[in-house]
Amino acid sequence: MPTPIIKVDAISKSFGAFKVLDGLSMQVMPGEKLALIGPSGSGKTTILRILMTLEKIDGGHIQVDGEQLYHMERNGQLLAADERHLARMRQKIGMVFQLFNLFPHKCVMDNVTLAPMLTKGVARAAAEKRAMELLDMVGLADKAKAMPAQLSGGQKQRVAIARALALSPKIMLFDEVTSALDPELVEEVLNVMRKLAAETDMTMLLVTHEMGFAHDFADRVLFFDRGRIVEEGKPDEIFRHPKQERTQSFLKKIIAAGHRV
Amino acid sequence: MDWDWNFVWEIMPTLIQGVKITILATILGSVLAAIVGLGIALARRSENRIVARGVGWFAEFIRGTPLLVQLYFIFYVLPDIGILLPPLVAGVIGLGLHYGTYTAEVYRAGIDNVPRGQWEAAKACNLSGRHTWTHIILPQAIPPMIPALANYFIAMFKETPLLSAITVLELMNQAKSVANTYYRYIEPMTLVGAFFLVISLCSVVLLRWLEHRYGRIER
Repeated sequence: MPTPIIKVDAISKSFGAFKVLDGLSMQVMPGEKLALIGPSGSGKTTILRILMTLEKIDGGHIQVDGEQLYHMERNGQLLAADERHLARMRQKIGMVFQLFNLFPHKCVMDNVTLAPMLTKGVARAAAEKRAMELLDMVGLADKAKAMPAQLSGGQKQRVAIARALALSPKIMLFDEVTSALDPELVEEVLNVMRKLAAETDMTMLLVTHEMGFAHDFADRVLFFDRGRIVEEGKPDEIFRHPKQERTQSFLKKIIAAGHRV
Repeated sequence: MDWDWNFVWEIMPTLIQGVKITILATILGSVLAAIVGLGIALARRSENRIVARGVGWFAEFIRGTPLLVQLYFIFYVLPDIGILLPPLVAGVIGLGLHYGTYTAEVYRAGIDNVPRGQWEAAKACNLSGRHTWTHIILPQAIPPMIPALANYFIAMFKETPLLSAITVLELMNQAKSVANTYYRYIEPMTLVGAFFLVISLCSVVLLRWLEHRYGRIER
């Protein structure tokens, strides 16, 4: 029985008076592809951001790859993690954002090589060689010298994926990565993710409104509502035979809005 | 009262000496203001409340008092506690500190204008705080604020005659001294005005170019 690579235990998080996560617990196995779905404000993006340490938690514990994420053990006691501990834990995790967040003042190549060179001390030549492999994988080897502003949204997002992969994380988080794209550009990004899933054993968590993609891609689907996981299961169970009433009504609304399931 | 061209040519070398000092003071003052401003802007964002508050109050204090008073303090009062500065050094420190509190606001706005996503991407790339500032935030924040900074430097240039109050031999001081020697004011003062006007106009052209070159960043 392999141990989970992510163990979320009773996490709570509020923004002011709004309780966005309410004692959330979940586990992810190594290599698992997980789709997080649910209405906006249900906490699915927040848990991704918490895993990337972009938010602080109010309570609970998270274990990533056998180690506490927000705590460190010192003499048998659990203390709040310091920046050094967080930096070490972040090496295990990469994230791709809805709005790409490429560094606009750096060319595509520099976007991909910057972090490996600065955080891991990789030499420029080696970093660029690896970057070319990654850009080739996302189909943008010819854009290495382009500036982000010269790229389409789909191309930007593929560069963002290459940038995250350059640090060789064990876990990749995808936060609504196709939501900001024109419809005709969605597929090129999804194709890269399919390729990634097929060619690597990385653990992948994605928050998405692309139900068709979630169905084909994920090993397991979690349905979030009001800061809790209401229902989880294999894609067929969730999309074809949802048991919970809230899941049913959510999927009905999504289908009515024209999304393919 | 008639204009005497011979007198103009006679005093010109002295005035040009003054212009050189004026320009030197402006350049050094600008460099110092750019550095002090960045320091203040960063300190005010510090997580250490005492540092952030203290520097904030210091900046308000400097901005709320006249430059001339500050110059007098630096040049005439500091020697009482054993700090004796040459006039030009005192003047540059005064200009740099005073305008640094204004450029700090420019930096603040420039830094605030960098989207939150850039900070988050830097964190997701596991960049350290220092690398995030030097490689991601400042390179994006500074170019768009170059025109606003240059504006303050031009304003500073026009305030340099205040340095004559602490015996810096800049343009105004040289003009005053020739005027007092020959009891003729019209030529020296007109020339002072003309020098400032010409250099200001050149600076405005430079500023327009800077605005065109750096004013916006493509995302």
